[in-house]
Amino acid sequence: MTLDFGNPDRPNSYIGKTVPRPNAARLVQGRGAYVDDMVLPRMVHVAFVRSPHAHAAITGIDATAALAEPGVLRVLTGADIAAVCTPWVGVLAHLKGLKSPPQHALAMDRAVWVGEPVVAVVARTRAEAEDGAALVEVDYDPLPEVTDMMTALDADTPVLHADMGDNLAFRRLHDHGDVDAAFAAAHTVVEARFKTGRHTGVTLEPRSILVDWKPGDGLMTAWHATQAPHMMQVVLAKHLDLPESRVRVICGDVGGSYGIKVHIYPDEIATAAIAKIMARPVKFVADRLESFTTDIHARDHEVTGRIACNADGKILAFDIDDWTAIGAYSVYPRTSAIEGNQVVNLCGGPYDFANYRAQTTVVFQNKTPTSQYRAVGHPVAVTVTEGLVDMAAAKLGIDPIEMRRRNVFADDAYPAVSPSNMRFEGLSHQASLQKLVDLMGYDALRADQAAARARGIVRGIGIASFIELTNPSPFMYGIGGARISAQDGCTVRMDPDGSIVAASSVTEQGQGTEAMLSQIVAEGVGVLPAQVRIVTGDTQATPYGGGTWASRGAGIGGEAALQAARALREAILTVAGAMLQCEPATLDIRDGSVVDMADGADRMPLAELGRIVYFRGDTLPKGLPRELVQTRHYTPADYPFAFTNGVQASYVEVDTDTGDVKLLKHWCVEDCGRIINPQLVDEQIRGGIVQGLGAALFEELHYDAEGQLLNGSLADYLVPMAGEMPDMIVAHVETPTLESTLGAKGAGEAGTAGAAAAVMNAINDALRPIGGEVTAMPFTPERVLRALGKLQD
Amino acid sequence: MKASVGGYARATDLRHALDLLAAGDGSARILAGGQSLIAALNMRLSTGDLLIDINRIDALKGITCDGSRLRIGALTRHAEIAVDPLVARHAPLLRKATDVIAHAAIRNRGTIGGAVAHADPAAEFPACVLALDGIIHVEGPDGARDIPAADFFVDVFETTIAPDEILTAISLPVAEPDERQVIHEFGRRSGDYALAGVCLVRRAAGHRIVCISVATRPELATAAMARLDAGDPDGAVAALEEALDPPSDTQATAAYRRHLAGVMLRRAVADITGETA
Repeated sequence: MTLDFGNPDRPNSYIGKTVPRPNAARLVQGRGAYVDDMVLPRMVHVAFVRSPHAHAAITGIDATAALAEPGVLRVLTGADIAAVCTPWVGVLAHLKGLKSPPQHALAMDRAVWVGEPVVAVVARTRAEAEDGAALVEVDYDPLPEVTDMMTALDADTPVLHADMGDNLAFRRLHDHGDVDAAFAAAHTVVEARFKTGRHTGVTLEPRSILVDWKPGDGLMTAWHATQAPHMMQVVLAKHLDLPESRVRVICGDVGGSYGIKVHIYPDEIATAAIAKIMARPVKFVADRLESFTTDIHARDHEVTGRIACNADGKILAFDIDDWTAIGAYSVYPRTSAIEGNQVVNLCGGPYDFANYRAQTTVVFQNKTPTSQYRAVGHPVAVTVTEGLVDMAAAKLGIDPIEMRRRNVFADDAYPAVSPSNMRFEGLSHQASLQKLVDLMGYDALRADQAAARARGIVRGIGIASFIELTNPSPFMYGIGGARISAQDGCTVRMDPDGSIVAASSVTEQGQGTEAMLSQIVAEGVGVLPAQVRIVTGDTQATPYGGGTWASRGAGIGGEAALQAARALREAILTVAGAMLQCEPATLDIRDGSVVDMADGADRMPLAELGRIVYFRGDTLPKGLPRELVQTRHYTPADYPFAFTNGVQASYVEVDTDTGDVKLLKHWCVEDCGRIINPQLVDEQIRGGIVQGLGAALFEELHYDAEGQLLNGSLADYLVPMAGEMPDMIVAHVETPTLESTLGAKGAGEAGTAGAAAAVMNAINDALRPIGGEVTAMPFTPERVLRALGKLQD
Repeated sequence: MKASVGGYARATDLRHALDLLAAGDGSARILAGGQSLIAALNMRLSTGDLLIDINRIDALKGITCDGSRLRIGALTRHAEIAVDPLVARHAPLLRKATDVIAHAAIRNRGTIGGAVAHADPAAEFPACVLALDGIIHVEGPDGARDIPAADFFVDVFETTIAPDEILTAISLPVAEPDERQVIHEFGRRSGDYALAGVCLVRRAAGHRIVCISVATRPELATAAMARLDAGDPDGAVAALEEALDPPSDTQATAAYRRHLAGVMLRRAVADITGETA
């Protein structure tokens, strides 16, 4: 099967065009249906009493006063929940050595981070549940807390989980070539220490779940703001002792996920357990403080990196020592080791070099657990890699663009394998770099920078090349024993009026999945996008699949949709051929009508074919297949991941009196393969860049030495806002993957992957002539000023 | 979190509001624009409050000028101050402050009386009112009381207003023909509370400087004012930094806030003298 995507005049040419989002009008009109909007008969609300200590033994719980509060129906402890809900362990077999203790939905005898749920209070309203929660008396016996990452493994640091032996959760060393020899022989060596700030995803809609258990049906239904309904089905079934078939997960409108909503959260599982105990619908919606203390955190890394180059700037070796602290548990079921593992996989990613050593050390601590957040590990790896490349270029007196030209994989070098054993099917670093140089007018910008400096204005230009991991195959989770599908499916059917319904296992988080699916199905079948309705987010109504994470929706879910749509087209044409007494191959479907392939002459609207099939099937030849429902699935198989690539640039101005960094402009050229909807892709890139800029300048969760979160509000945790965002210029190079007909790779991580590194390099480009360098994110005005030596305590 | 409120009553006039306040026996809270109070209630930083809504009291609204003093009713919204011609002419500092106070939605609801009574040392209007040598007018069961701004602010969220009194208006001397009033502040993002800021007023009697976000209350920076009166801006900056003992938090250390206050003063001085800092 071939589709001539290169011909913009082909019939039904919706793939590659900006097609309006089918759900946009409804959402803009305020008619979205989020979990918080759901009201069920007999529904009750749960609020949680959470640990105020980073580490404490729970020595007593007294719920007497809470139970006397009006509206309070029930108070449940860890033991109450454990009676119906088994604990879980967040490890995967392929992450060798990863360890984590069993985690319960509510803390049993010990709380291990500030915010861990300890007691559940169920009441008629959330307010009443909070009134009750305030009256629950929990006796704590504080225990020594582990909060510092770099001393977590020291002999005099307490061991957080005695039966784990030490505070090491995971360690992986990758060693390729002869790194020590390369450094010994190098012309230029640069070493630096980088920190990425602990931050979190801050979804507009907080985590939300509503669970009902109907003993009569033996069916549990969870309305859940989630990225992975089928994964949730598995987990709820396993830990609440139900057959998978008796758990239905429904995911309606979701207000942003960014990886936050793909994990198992103890308060959400406790909500499901309470529904089973009370046999009635129970709702939990996290408030903003709960979001900050219990949504997964990420990016808490300290990395020492070294780069070795020859006199021409050719990179000889990277040597990376990454440390990260993940909280007290590895998060279930995707674990908290993936981020560090990604740093090892991705450092040096764009470059063709020979010697690579990287180690990640993942330690336990008494803080909120960390796990996968948008562009998992990428921003850390890109910051370290691109920071070192720029520092080496500066030391060698080589322009940053030229330095990258000399080192990126050549566009004709594929297929290629990186020193970290990543397999690349086809990337476009050279073409992307050239496109960026043209797009930003690099030479003119350098002239502007020099002219500004002559006026005493300090500006800098930063470049960051990157690779991006998308379309994960079973090598990401399935190989490690997790029941997390790498396959996705799509069922496409034609109804009597000729309209199409497509049910897909990938989900809509607000990013436009349903628009993408509708245009693929429209083109695949041959109808108008408005004739396609999309069903997602219901384990009982869609094919089985993985959902939306790791930039897999378009590349995997989109390919399944295309295959199913093409199969339906064939099925329709089989019937049409019989009705029109001609070979199906001489017919096509265009704009919802059967036409002659050769000249496009109208032969029959699909509604007429539908009328005959559904209501006058007696007039068709007996035995004629008339299967107007087709299902196809797709799993990437040739490569573990579909890597993409790109390069970003940042232009900044530094106020050397205040340390303030003003973002003047930002550019991104990226290659996600086939672009299905240009506007959606560009907005993915822009949104990703904004989250990367947040990491660069604003976002950081602060803890004190006792493990107390100090800035759990939107007044104190600074998310990037429109006022500080620069104009962003986005462009593309298209290198479709040959593994699928669609040729699409993912685009969700690229913006976040490279933005912070580009800003860091721009700031350092600005500071270099006046002396100063920043490597610890976020680059707050105070940190910039201190780097300039302008602040005395 | 959901707010846990003890009760709500809408006052029909000032007398009614004062009666409700007295009846509340210490747990009553005045609800004006609600831009700080409602947020605090929604985080359960305060529970069980009896809210007295004063938004319908016409006597607390309006801006008037009698030639020597500008009087601004307590319920005047930030957005009204931003566009009022009397304010622009007689107290331009307040108009300029509205450019840097929070976001449009907050300015549409927030009131000057609420901001001054709340006495947040990070807020602009308390500092402005002191910098302009204003008077805070309050009404209690025993009648009206006029409190000079210099005697009004006590500590973080603490003023000399009595528990049974309601702030009714502020009044300010109208700006002299040659008077200059500027505000310079630095925040992380547009609309954020400033990490540090400076209100600078130059009038015939001398300079007045009040800082934002660097102390527990708005205070006159008298040593720096004296240096500016003596024509010594560098000395003023040094004196200001010397006098300040700002707080440290996750946004900025004391050292950085002190430095920023100096930078803001330098920029404010350059602003009123027409030079570049």
